[in-house]
Amino acid sequence: MAKSLDLELVAATKMYGETVAVDAIDHKFAAGSYSCLLGPSGCGKSSTLRMIAGHESVSTGDILLGGTNITDLPPARRGTAMMFQNYALFPHLSVIDNVAFSQKMKGVEKPVRLKKAHQLLELVDMDAYAQRLPAQLSGGQQQRVALARALITEPSVLLLDEPLSALDPFLRIKMRLELKKLQRELGISFIHVTHSQDEALALADDIIVMNGGRIEQAGTPRDVFNAPTTEFVARFIGGHNVLKDQGAPVALRADRLVVKKTAGEDGAHLTAYVRDVEYLGSSVNLALDAGGAGDLTAALSDETFFQDPIEIGATVFLTWKPEDAHNLAA
Amino acid sequence: MTDQTHPLSNAETTRPVPEKAPFSLSRLPDAVTGWLLSLPLVFVLAFFLILPIIMIVVVSFWGATEFSIYPAFQFDNYEFLLTSPVTYQVFLNTIKYAVITWAFTLLIGFTIAYFLAFHVRSLTWQIVLFLLCTIPFWTSNIIRMISWIPFLGRNGIANSTLISMGVIDEPLEWLLFSDFSVILAFVHLYTLFMVVPIFNTMMRIDKSLIEAAYDNGASGFQTLTNVIIPLTKPGIMIGSIFVVTLVMGDFITVRFMSGSQKANVGRLISNDIALLQYPSAAATAVILLITVLIVISILLRFVDIRKEL
Repeated sequence: MAKSLDLELVAATKMYGETVAVDAIDHKFAAGSYSCLLGPSGCGKSSTLRMIAGHESVSTGDILLGGTNITDLPPARRGTAMMFQNYALFPHLSVIDNVAFSQKMKGVEKPVRLKKAHQLLELVDMDAYAQRLPAQLSGGQQQRVALARALITEPSVLLLDEPLSALDPFLRIKMRLELKKLQRELGISFIHVTHSQDEALALADDIIVMNGGRIEQAGTPRDVFNAPTTEFVARFIGGHNVLKDQGAPVALRADRLVVKKTAGEDGAHLTAYVRDVEYLGSSVNLALDAGGAGDLTAALSDETFFQDPIEIGATVFLTWKPEDAHNLAA
Repeated sequence: MTDQTHPLSNAETTRPVPEKAPFSLSRLPDAVTGWLLSLPLVFVLAFFLILPIIMIVVVSFWGATEFSIYPAFQFDNYEFLLTSPVTYQVFLNTIKYAVITWAFTLLIGFTIAYFLAFHVRSLTWQIVLFLLCTIPFWTSNIIRMISWIPFLGRNGIANSTLISMGVIDEPLEWLLFSDFSVILAFVHLYTLFMVVPIFNTMMRIDKSLIEAAYDNGASGFQTLTNVIIPLTKPGIMIGSIFVVTLVMGDFITVRFMSGSQKANVGRLISNDIALLQYPSAAATAVILLITVLIVISILLRFVDIRKEL
């Protein structure tokens, strides 16, 4: 396998006519890391990925891979490989021929390329299906073949465009684990585009939250989840309340809200009316109406909740530790 | 509701299904329903396809004199047909027209379809340009064919333009009433039959496959030969069947564009009919039908056409 290299975006911009899809992003993807580009649809994450892949021209700015400027190189000569959202397997070719496709294009002799393709299929545990056509495979199997086809080019960076979105929820979690395992084994960088915060939190070493063509926040999953820096990130990553504290917006994790039925000695920060109670198994979500502070969500562990259940319509008192409230950029 | 009707209606709802149910389609087994539903089409095909073909086959065994035809079961027509060198010449000529026309319509049709499907980006433009291709079809076949005559003639537009440009000194004789003009007219008339099915299959190719090929290092030409052509095969086959059957069954184009100097099987048949030699015409038609069916079955060997229908 190829050596993993740092990938760096320098003021990379994508314009479609007058519309700015990606607005001068700078980011360094560390060698051998699993990064997730996370954001709502239309935030520019897919355009960013496609620019890195070479399927979209870069309007201005540069893309560097291990110090080499790859901005204007064709996709196959960049040291990147892309796995497409719907896998884009060639329907007329068998699994083995799909995987060997890039080798065939290079003019590698048949026995050599088939041997290599078999190795890749073994890597993704699909060698038994080598002679099948893509239409005869399940979604998860197709994805493995697509992975093998991308990896046979020995990329330094593997680009994955919403790879799990076509799978059903159970398979999605299974493939998620496999992707992560594969990335650890290969030691190359994976850049994964997703709109699912669960996926990003579970997989990434590095999360890049994007909005409106810009990077809102980048950091480890724990940093991003625990201390969102903007209101957008706090809302998009989920599990947070955004409220005004002394005029400045702060983010507060829903599970860090302490809900009491009586005002404590140190006084409650807020009082709220319980609009709804949702039982989610290991936790219970309270939908709260805190008047001027807006609608809040409190997540209680089921143990805490059932020790002293709270009824819909009750008035509760909310407190939190000062260190749990994170100031947001206005 | 009164008390009297109440138990009655109650009894009705709980009563098991009556043995003699009123006629209803949904009670019939599925197989019977299927046959009933296809019955109208079966009748149409039986009367307008099967019956005429049977008639032709039957008549092909009849006998004929200069002034009459009579029912019989004899192989004279076939014997005459299969022992005459003219038949082989004419069949060979027909196949020559079919092959050359097929090659040209395929080349032109594939190129047009490729341009429409992969180079024209917006759907609106694809539709506009596609409709543009069909405009010539708003007039009759014969008109489109005949309008070549003043263009290609000895003193036609083509010759006079070439002379005035100084490319040639005297008019080209082979432009009109030749194999050239016949094939030109065929290609002109039938290219669209190639464009439509090929365009249709191309539009179904997922564009990300082209990107995937590019990502895997395929050049434009490699993408064409390794991805687009294999995936377009069914459309190519359907178009080929259209063109080949149309050309092999044609007689009017050959007659007009060759100035009655060239022959194909269609003209053989039409001449027989003009001379009221129906049995002989029928025998030729049967042989032509068998030839075309063989050609189609060979074409179908190459591709699974069911995927497209």
